[in-house]
Amino acid sequence: MKTYKKLIAATALAMLTGGLMAGGAAAKTFVYCSEASPEGFDPGLYTGGNTYDASAHTVYNRLLEFKAGTTETQPGLAESWTISDDGLQYTFKIRPGVKFQTTEFFTPTRELNADDVIFSYERQWKEDSPWNKYVTGTSWEYFAGMGFPELLQSIEKVDDMTVKFTLKRKEAPFLANVAMPFASIMSKEYADKLQAEGKMNQLNQMPLGTGPFSFVAYQQDAVIRFKANPDYWNGKQKIDDLVFAITTDASVRYQKLKAGECHLMPYPNPSDVAAMKADPELKVMEQEGLNVAYLAYNTLIAPFDKVEVRHALNMAINKKAIVDGVFQGLATPAKNPIPPTMWSYNDAIEDDKYDPEAAKKMLADAGVKDLSMKIWAMPVSRPYMLNARRAAELMQSDLAKIGVKAEIVSYEWAEYLNKSKAKDRDGAAILGWTGDNGDPDNFLDTLLGCEAVGGNNRAQWCNKEFDALVKKAKVTTDVAERTKLYEEAQVVFKKEAPWNTLDHSLSIVPMRKGVEGFHQSPLGDFAFDGVDITE
Amino acid sequence: MAQTNIQSGTSTDSSLRRQLAEFWYYFSENRGAVIGLAVFILLIITAIFAPWIAPHGPADQYRDAVLLPPIFQEGGRAGYLLGTDAVGRDILSRLIYGARYSLFIGIVVTCIALVGGIFLGVIAGYFRGWVDTVIMRLMDVILAFPSLLLALVLVAIIGPGLTGAMISIALVYQPHFVRLTRAAVMAEKTRDYVVAAKVAGAGPLRLMFKTILPNCMAPLIVQATLSFSNAILDAAALGFLGYGAQPPASEWGTMLADAREFIASGQWWVVTLPGLAILITVLAINLVGDGLRDALDPKLKRS
Amino acid sequence: MFRFIMGRVAVMALTFVGVSIIAFSFIRMLPGDPVALLSGERVMSPERHAAISRDLGFDQPIIVQYFDYLRGILHGDFGTSIVTKQPVVEQFFNLFPATLELSICAILFAVLLGIPAGVFAAIKRGSFLDQSIMGTALIGFSMPIFWWGLLLIMLVSNTLHWTPVSGRISLMFFFPPVTGFMLIDSLISGQSGAFKSAVSHLILPTIVLGTIPLAVIARQTRSAMLEVLSEDYVRTARAKGLAPLRVIGIHALRNAMIPVVTTIGLQVGVMLAGAILTETIFSWPGIGKWLVDSVSRRDYAVIQGALLIIAATIMLVNLAVDLLYGLINPRIRH
Repeated sequence: MKTYKKLIAATALAMLTGGLMAGGAAAKTFVYCSEASPEGFDPGLYTGGNTYDASAHTVYNRLLEFKAGTTETQPGLAESWTISDDGLQYTFKIRPGVKFQTTEFFTPTRELNADDVIFSYERQWKEDSPWNKYVTGTSWEYFAGMGFPELLQSIEKVDDMTVKFTLKRKEAPFLANVAMPFASIMSKEYADKLQAEGKMNQLNQMPLGTGPFSFVAYQQDAVIRFKANPDYWNGKQKIDDLVFAITTDASVRYQKLKAGECHLMPYPNPSDVAAMKADPELKVMEQEGLNVAYLAYNTLIAPFDKVEVRHALNMAINKKAIVDGVFQGLATPAKNPIPPTMWSYNDAIEDDKYDPEAAKKMLADAGVKDLSMKIWAMPVSRPYMLNARRAAELMQSDLAKIGVKAEIVSYEWAEYLNKSKAKDRDGAAILGWTGDNGDPDNFLDTLLGCEAVGGNNRAQWCNKEFDALVKKAKVTTDVAERTKLYEEAQVVFKKEAPWNTLDHSLSIVPMRKGVEGFHQSPLGDFAFDGVDITE
Repeated sequence: MAQTNIQSGTSTDSSLRRQLAEFWYYFSENRGAVIGLAVFILLIITAIFAPWIAPHGPADQYRDAVLLPPIFQEGGRAGYLLGTDAVGRDILSRLIYGARYSLFIGIVVTCIALVGGIFLGVIAGYFRGWVDTVIMRLMDVILAFPSLLLALVLVAIIGPGLTGAMISIALVYQPHFVRLTRAAVMAEKTRDYVVAAKVAGAGPLRLMFKTILPNCMAPLIVQATLSFSNAILDAAALGFLGYGAQPPASEWGTMLADAREFIASGQWWVVTLPGLAILITVLAINLVGDGLRDALDPKLKRS
Repeated sequence: MFRFIMGRVAVMALTFVGVSIIAFSFIRMLPGDPVALLSGERVMSPERHAAISRDLGFDQPIIVQYFDYLRGILHGDFGTSIVTKQPVVEQFFNLFPATLELSICAILFAVLLGIPAGVFAAIKRGSFLDQSIMGTALIGFSMPIFWWGLLLIMLVSNTLHWTPVSGRISLMFFFPPVTGFMLIDSLISGQSGAFKSAVSHLILPTIVLGTIPLAVIARQTRSAMLEVLSEDYVRTARAKGLAPLRVIGIHALRNAMIPVVTTIGLQVGVMLAGAILTETIFSWPGIGKWLVDSVSRRDYAVIQGALLIIAATIMLVNLAVDLLYGLINPRIRH
């Protein structure tokens, strides 16, 4: 309770000054109607994209950054880096003269150096760090998820402005991983001060970093306020204030956008998009998302262990109807397990054609009669699959046409994720994936590799040929060579059909006409550096 | 109450008929109640004969007829009187089948709550002592939570779905019946006819359920109608929050949850009609409930 | 009086223990694994799963967990949210003012409209006015408020553009939350237009949340008034030739208010249930929406803590109403 009151006092002060600034006629305020409350403000602790938007992409920077609107990396807080010949040592040169933000709650006395970088990683890595468990139930989700604890050998300070990472094995996607939100660089000075004052929790409540915007205040489940960081190493932003108005309902977000109460919103209802495009006051950006939704057969169980049966079912399901019924057309039917915007996407591959008659015959030829199966439908809406129930209903009626009886089952989300992992799962499961770092490895090996059977590999599909290809690509650093390997892997995938690849959803971003300089991120981030308003 | 129980000891066929006639006399005086009853009967008929009345199946998808407006609006088609939803299902048919869900929910919830409530209430009121204390404290605990919140958590435990929703709601309604029954039983217990029956050697079970209970029915019936309409409302609310009947079931609240995304895009019928169906049903039952209360409760008859 | 209060408080304490047991055991029965949810589609290794469960105390025997929890409550610690890792109490008090403000407005709306409507209906008993008021009240009483809210948004906000769609105040305004009540804070801030903005944001949610209490209060007032109007002393007063307004205003209304006050007290539970739906529809950052979100996120700690705090609040309000009732009407004290 005590900290709570102090927090209020601090925010009150911050708000007073902030309010004065907002009162000035020249202040430009950009309002983003975000879709959910952030879980917290330490990006290492969470996995939610909206949490990253409110912390990693505003307050913080990383050693490497994704170039706006792409999955390519570019220098961030690291000015340059070198990789040793064996591919195990990465030496980063830290950008000189980078200032941490000065806010109402903290005034930095020094600039960014190697200590900050080491602190940011070690708090997630070293269990003896006092920050490793600084909030109850801490779990460094992505750090563990990307395999960092097993990958890292050591992180050393070479000098004040140089840090050397040593890996235990070669890892081609490492540089992309370093650009991910969980690897945000924090201020060790700020952390030390909080620790000394016994307010460690505040690191997760009042973030402080080197990013384009500094944190002002958060009113729970309602508003987050930021202001442009005047000392930003890449120049001050064109807007003065950045406000996240938390609005969980998509139709309400649209209303606010229409009324001019916000400038930009994520995740519109597909049914609203046509009207948005017709509205002269709005403009709509769209891009193929870095995601895939699939129906994973259990390839360990008869008759789904037969390739012909899987192909037959694929041919019976009309993906176009799913794209229309669930996304109102705002998605593309998928033929590969990786999205078309990703490098190494094999466009030469031909999808199973929708042909119920042929499917029926194929099923009969395979000796399968009176098949009844289960379709697992996720209980939640995800960007790659807005309404799995509806999709399952559509599949059900498609399958009925070739004489296959399908029953739809669902479980509570955590249970669904858990039960769908089982090797003896009865039925085909709808699920999907959104890319973390733009690397094909993050789809192909993570979701279809042999050691993911019983885990992320929901098809329980272990194919030696496929696995060899993706494993080889993982330790190859030459991109052209990797591309070839992944393209080949997709051919094997299509031949074997462990999934029915359903769709890649479009990511649609409606905004006011006057919004300039926003780059749609293929990773689904909403980052506002470089944004301006002209209305 | 005072009037009904005088006759009960000597209840014969003719007096029962007279009672009923008297009841109908008072009930039919209330115009609203009669209208409500008529609507309610109509709803029951609709629910029973849904497969014959509905023009389409509740889950049939017509992919060439997605989000059509009702017939009286431009763009409507004769085959779909009240329009279609996002996957081309006929809304009228879904509403007709939905009546089955709502009435079923109302009946099941009321029965569970009534039977359980009467059982516990009679026991508490008859035996008093620690049995009474335990039962009533437990009811206090249930009453300490807002009903919808408790039902929400319960249904999350039991598992989202129609069965879970009905059980949770019935459980939440229990205390009202327990309290009513207990109070009535305690009031009746000391009356002469009960004492007489006791002296005549009636066992406690017979005393509780055959002698006392029939004389406490009036307030219970009124409470039951109230529960019936509230159950429909709460089940729809749970459906709306995603914890009631699961899609593609055409339960009205679930239909509304599915329709939420259309409030801004001009397809008003997807949003308006299921809610209207809920309102009309609940209103009809409440009208009947008011009529019942007037007819059964002599104290209010005067006013 | 003192014994009466002490008796009530003792019963309340007992009930609270029951409530804590129920809340605690309910939450353990919830299916789904909150730890596994932390990683979503990404799979968590069994070792990490075990380590996190240990951190959260989930590996202890259930009895030990319960007494740990109870000990925490006595120290004002209602646990820490699994999702946001913030203390439940802190989150509760951040959000409670929003719900309280909305509830107070809704109750005021219901009382200010409901009591006059009920009185008029009673005076003009049987007239067209009476019938229309009571008809409207019954419709209100039968209203699925989640639908009512959607309908109002569709009509008033989307079509007529009279009120904003959601939130508590326009984002243009920015001032420190002194009291947590937007109406008061906007006045204190002195920023022109802030108060107006706060009011316009409150209108629709107030109507939606206030509809059922309004109907209940109108109906209750009418029947209480009818009862009192037929009492001897009112008839006497009338016969003595006192002005009708005086009879109704002073004698009848005052006595009719006793049952009405109880009814208003009972609406608190109704309000909190209604807040769950109203806040969900209007994206109102209050307790109701927080709870719905927490149930869907399986945030054990939050559901458990919030259930307890809310139950305690309702019990306190009921106690207060009982005491108030005892003051107005000394007959029931014994």
